[in-house]
Amino acid sequence: MAKTDTKAKGLDRHGLTDEQLRQIFRNMLLQRQLDNRGFQLNRQGKVPFALGSEGHEALQAGAAMAFNRGKDILAPYYRDLGLALGIGLTPYEIMLSIFARVDDHNGGRQFPNHYSSKAAGLMSFSSILAAHIPHAVGAAYAQKYRGETGRAVLVTCGDGTTSEGEWHESMNFAAIHKLPLVMLVENNEWAISTPLSKQMANPEIWKRAEGYGMPGKRFNGFDPIETYANVKEALDRARTGGGPTLLEGMCYRFLAHSTDDNDMTYRTKEIVAEARKHDPVPNFQAVLVDSGVMSDADVDAMKKDVLRETNEATDKAEAVPYPQASDLYTNLYEGAWQPWQ
Amino acid sequence: MAVTAGSKVLNNVEAVRETLYEAMKSDDRTIILGEDVGARGNVFLITKDFINEFGPERVIDTPIAEASIVGIAVGMAMEGLRPIAEIQFADFIYPAFNQIVGEAAKTRYRSNGEYTCPLVIRTPYGGGVRGALSHSVSIEALFYHVPGLKIVAPAFPADVKGLLNAAIDDPDPVLFLEHKKTYRLIKGEVPEGHYTIPIGKANVIKEGRQLTVVSYGLYVHWALEAANQLENEGMSVEVIDLRSIRPMDRTTILNSVEKTRKLLIIHEDNKFGGIGAEISAMVAEEALFSLDAPIRRLAAPDVPAMGYAEPLEHEYMSSPAQMADAMRELVKF
Amino acid sequence: MATKSKTSGSASTLERRGLTDEQLVGILRTMLMHRRLEGRGFELNRQGKIPFASAGEGHEAVQAGAAMAFERGKDILVPYYRDLGLDIGIGLSPLEVLLSLFARVADHSGGRQFPHHYASKKLGLYSISSVLAAQLPHAVGAAYALKYRKETGRAVLATVGDGATSEGEWHESMNFAAIHKLPIVFLCENNEWAISTPLAKQMANPNIYERAEGYGMPGVQINGFDPIACYAAVKEAMDRARTGGGPTFIEAKCYRFLAHTTDDDDRTYRSREEVAERRKQDPVPTFERLLVEHGVLTAEGLEDLKRSVLAEANEATDRAESMPYPAPHDLYTNVYADSYQPWR
Ligand SMILES: Cc1ncc(C[n+]2csc(CCOP(=O)(O)OP(=O)(O)O)c2C)c(N)n1
Ligand SMILES: Cc1ncc(C[n+]2csc(CCOP(=O)(O)OP(=O)(O)O)c2C)c(N)n1
Ligand SMILES: [Mg+2]
Ligand SMILES: [Mg+2]
Repeated sequence: MAKTDTKAKGLDRHGLTDEQLRQIFRNMLLQRQLDNRGFQLNRQGKVPFALGSEGHEALQAGAAMAFNRGKDILAPYYRDLGLALGIGLTPYEIMLSIFARVDDHNGGRQFPNHYSSKAAGLMSFSSILAAHIPHAVGAAYAQKYRGETGRAVLVTCGDGTTSEGEWHESMNFAAIHKLPLVMLVENNEWAISTPLSKQMANPEIWKRAEGYGMPGKRFNGFDPIETYANVKEALDRARTGGGPTLLEGMCYRFLAHSTDDNDMTYRTKEIVAEARKHDPVPNFQAVLVDSGVMSDADVDAMKKDVLRETNEATDKAEAVPYPQASDLYTNLYEGAWQPWQ
Repeated sequence: MAVTAGSKVLNNVEAVRETLYEAMKSDDRTIILGEDVGARGNVFLITKDFINEFGPERVIDTPIAEASIVGIAVGMAMEGLRPIAEIQFADFIYPAFNQIVGEAAKTRYRSNGEYTCPLVIRTPYGGGVRGALSHSVSIEALFYHVPGLKIVAPAFPADVKGLLNAAIDDPDPVLFLEHKKTYRLIKGEVPEGHYTIPIGKANVIKEGRQLTVVSYGLYVHWALEAANQLENEGMSVEVIDLRSIRPMDRTTILNSVEKTRKLLIIHEDNKFGGIGAEISAMVAEEALFSLDAPIRRLAAPDVPAMGYAEPLEHEYMSSPAQMADAMRELVKF
Repeated sequence: MATKSKTSGSASTLERRGLTDEQLVGILRTMLMHRRLEGRGFELNRQGKIPFASAGEGHEAVQAGAAMAFERGKDILVPYYRDLGLDIGIGLSPLEVLLSLFARVADHSGGRQFPHHYASKKLGLYSISSVLAAQLPHAVGAAYALKYRKETGRAVLATVGDGATSEGEWHESMNFAAIHKLPIVFLCENNEWAISTPLAKQMANPNIYERAEGYGMPGVQINGFDPIACYAAVKEAMDRARTGGGPTFIEAKCYRFLAHTTDDDDRTYRSREEVAERRKQDPVPTFERLLVEHGVLTAEGLEDLKRSVLAEANEATDRAESMPYPAPHDLYTNVYADSYQPWR
């Protein structure tokens, strides 16, 4: 599926209010600003590692808008800054994670972008690809078992991660038990240096759904509204007993995999530039301005506000101390513990 | 560094790279498979440009699926190829656990020698690089329990080359552990051409009279630093680089302990159930009455891994200063 | 890409799909021997002579048919533990089977493995463990080797139960085989049960072959009670694999007539009526009738065939039983190539 520009299609709002549309756009701006901040801090030698989701903004901001706060569960992966923000994490929480400070949710233990927040319904996950997907299935089983209709689990992963055995095992189990689960694959065409063609023979991941006995669909992940509509439809089905869905949102990874990667070793500037032409952020801005949801002045004000919030979050997080050496030993088990008793 | 004729100075990345390159060049049964080993040339650039020279059939960018990376390599080995499988970080080896422990290590045994599995699994391990919970673990203790598998963990570039060659030539599966912090940090002379170092032979890298220190990987370098420091203080410490973890070199350890009468084992992996436990038990069984002090182990605390924040990583790892303290204490015991 | 083949194999027609009379009788003989040897395993177990046996009753047709499509001396078979019929179909002798049942020293594994975990390098029969789906990546690796060495004309046949398709390694193997267009045929013997777990609890979509398209390879469903249909489907897929056409996934619908093994009591989870109903389509008598009705075999010819199968099974039993067990010190060999101790 071609990743068409949102711009070209005009505004089909799928029931979203002006306020919601602005929220989506603000999320997208915030993602980009925070991503940049991580990379800047890395270049300044203030943090050892950063990873960006440029190209995923629309997909994540749109999907997050379909998430019911206080009800749904999100089981994300490490490239889901926009989803985390969209379901309620603050820029300050993001910066605490980047700086690995003691007030970070996981106390500075995990890599950046490995968010978790029980209050927000965001499940803790590791760096091990696909390992979180069975957890999402288990959470969906719990919701179904307790008869909690109206709730569902949104689980995400990259295209590359669909090759893992645990992905298959999870899809199969979710389908057998008709679980309230939406598997959203963020297909950015790359797994670090490995292009889609070396990851799978059939590039249409959504087509695997039929084999499992669940609906599958692909959509343009550069379009936040189309994303919202598809994720909402699937989540609504899940919330009302209709079982799981496999969604494939088409997007692109504009940056290198992380600050440790140099993507020019395996792809050309030209193909990235080509993909950049469909950059969802300026495109969605144009849609909102053209359709009168925002004026140019509104956009400028929002950008300033996003920058201000990012700056404040950065300064505040940087001022927080690191965890202490003694924090290494807590929360291994419940209670104090030594291997020799 | 003055370079001996017939040698050159390489770091550990370059030593792995050169050895793999020569293996690819000399035997077209050699296949490298793993995540991002092709165009990217592995995340540490170990196989950079290999795909251009040897082609995508021999340098396979696999899907992200570790169980099958090892499992497919097992099948290739059974069918006469000489695969070298890469797990991008040791932390990602768990999905392949069954293929390593249940399949590769048992192929020869279960077929009573009819089928064999000459396979190398390379993986970077270890911390000190701000790798957090999932890019810094040591995995050797999880595997050294397994008959049918061999495990090596060299520390010096010359050993990297000699042992990797030995692993590639070996008729059985070898888990080849590369400490990622030593990759660019540690340089040394490496002889040109093909040579092997026998798997299962330790190396006394510093002779001494008052204490035997056994270590492997990154900590060998730090232990050596600490031992040299003690030398300045007038204490004489012998340092053994294990190099191989399975099989392990009893003779070298026992000979040293009989001489120094004291033993300190240092490793980065957790203490409980770690490599040091087996060495302690062996020495207690075979040389208890040669000892003048209790055996000591300096190893990681009983937590799953080092955290990302600097103080957490620092607390998890042992420093050269802590190693020197432990050595002093034992020498003076 | 997914197709569902017509089910022939009713007694009324004989669609021989190019098979000669001799080949048809060969298929029947494999089926009869398969059933006979497995029956022998259960007998020996009840007599207390061996601790364990399992059987593929209901799988005779798919295995004998598939084996006929295997080219001896060229192809590779990576089976699973329920593939006695396939193993003898590609050349494993009844004596080798009994040696495995009796765990004798002359067994290929030297009495190490469970029964039915055959291996024979000479036959191209791969060594497997009991761990479900673990053999599939090996099959893919072997197929990669064939392709890499440009050995066209050779292919790998890899089998798996319906239950094992839920394993991650099944998925990873299918995906890799499709990416590299490897010379491999995945044959899934769908007997509707994974020990006590019915298909409905194993997967939401019972048509396993429909997963093939998602991987980008052809998927075929066949009647696994029809040996000729199985032969034809496997032959077509193996021929495609041998000539660079890439992998195929075949789902053969069959049924497990007996309990999972001698350690299982299937009355705890399925009714006698269900089993009796399915027994009505038992492929062994059905295929016997088909060959006799179409004059491929006379009634006497059939009796002779059965007698020779029984005689061969008896002889193999006696010979294997008279052979010695491995010695205690055989526990220590073949851990590594050399003599090895963890402490050097
Ligand atoms: C089990 C496991 N294997 C390998 C890795 C190393 N790794 C981290 S990200 C990545 C690529 C993931 O690609 P994809 O799923 O497409 O997500 P993307 O990064 O493109 O968003 C790899 C191979 C890992 N973290 N875990
Ligand atoms: C990894 C693994 N899990 C579980 C088992 C136990 N087990 C042995 S056979 C079996 C059922 C397999 O069913 P299926 O794949 O349909 O094959 P069938 O026995 O029906 O031919 C199970 C669960 C095993 N051997 N290996
Ligand atoms: Mg990707
Ligand atoms: Mg079954």
